[in-house]
Amino acid sequence: MDFIAILSIFVMACFVGYYVVWSVTPALHTPLMAVTNAISSVIIVGALIAAAGAGNPVAKWLGLAGIVLASINIFGGFAVTARMLAMYKKKERPAAAAAKGAAAAKGDKA
Amino acid sequence: NPWVALAYLAAGVLFILALRGLSSPSTSRAGNRFGMAGMLIAIVTTLVTHQLASLPEILAAIAVGGAIGWVIARRIAMTDMPQLVAAFHSLVGLAAVLVGWAAFLNPEAFDLLVVTGVSSNQDLVSIKTAIGPVSRVEMALGVAIGALTFSGSVIAFLKLAGKMSGAPILLPGRHIINLGIIVAILGLTAAFAMGEVDNTTYFAAITVLAFIVGFLLIIPIGGADMPVVVSMLNSYSGWAAAAMGFTLHNTAMIITGALVGSSGAILSYIMCKAMNRSFLSVIAGGFGAEAGPLGDGA
Repeated sequence: MDFIAILSIFVMACFVGYYVVWSVTPALHTPLMAVTNAISSVIIVGALIAAAGAGNPVAKWLGLAGIVLASINIFGGFAVTARMLAMYKKKERPAAAAAKGAAAAKGDKA
Repeated sequence: NPWVALAYLAAGVLFILALRGLSSPSTSRAGNRFGMAGMLIAIVTTLVTHQLASLPEILAAIAVGGAIGWVIARRIAMTDMPQLVAAFHSLVGLAAVLVGWAAFLNPEAFDLLVVTGVSSNQDLVSIKTAIGPVSRVEMALGVAIGALTFSGSVIAFLKLAGKMSGAPILLPGRHIINLGIIVAILGLTAAFAMGEVDNTTYFAAITVLAFIVGFLLIIPIGGADMPVVVSMLNSYSGWAAAAMGFTLHNTAMIITGALVGSSGAILSYIMCKAMNRSFLSVIAGGFGAEAGPLGDGA
């Protein structure tokens, strides 16, 4: 593929990334960061190609080391995001209940 | 192979849906699953389209890394989340450095060699090949950004984990030093690209200087600004992946790297605004941070 075609894909993807996160809820900043981090381990694709390439044993071992590092990030990153989102779900209900309770208390006073 | 490009495109679309999903509570869990599906497609596609000589080693490497990541993610306390994310970024940065060096050492595997000269001596024709100049620039930038992400994230991790003082460490003339190192990296990249052969010394010097500048950029930033720094490093890790994608002509890495790079930068900007901090001060490594502690104290 020629450089201009690749550059076009790159620039378009930059714009998508630019527009896609503007409306993020503040409470989701950290989970969004965690999932973005997990996604950035797409570098594993490069590490896989390096590890699969024959010819240079050093390059192969660098690739394998890269796979280990990126895998830690993939599994850890998505799992951590899932945990954070689960916590967000649990937090929502007690908060809603507390708000209702507070409203009820106010009602009693009045 | 058009199927590879289509599969990588599908992975890219799933990653966009993941980022979009994570911006609203009701779609966030679906977003996370889109992300996982995209990663699975990217990995499986790469595995089935490259020679599988070392498949057992590759699967073992994924299993080892996956198990470590899984156990850490399960065991970590919720309060330690920010430093965990910082630690994970450092891994992406380091992986980018390793991939860059692998590409440098084994350019044939990545189709990076171009003919730089043909010399014919009567019947004997010898073809000289080297890594193409554009590829050299791309790999130098990828390794530099990766190294910067690695050392910067390690400092961010140490500060957030309380293993290093959260107070800003302000070196005299640090902006001049940082600027000087960045100019040196760019100069070395130009020299590396224009040389007749792929010069290992230049490539190594670029890597080392980038490690140093990542360290220097993060030490002047105080603990309160760390979440923004972590987000910014996230953005850098995306740019590193994109630069390696350019080197390897791999659209999955380019699309995803660009997505992560630009969305991470926007997220840092949004976080800065929410915390009422100057965006410039955080990305330029404590630029104008002298006013910070006074403001906090008052």
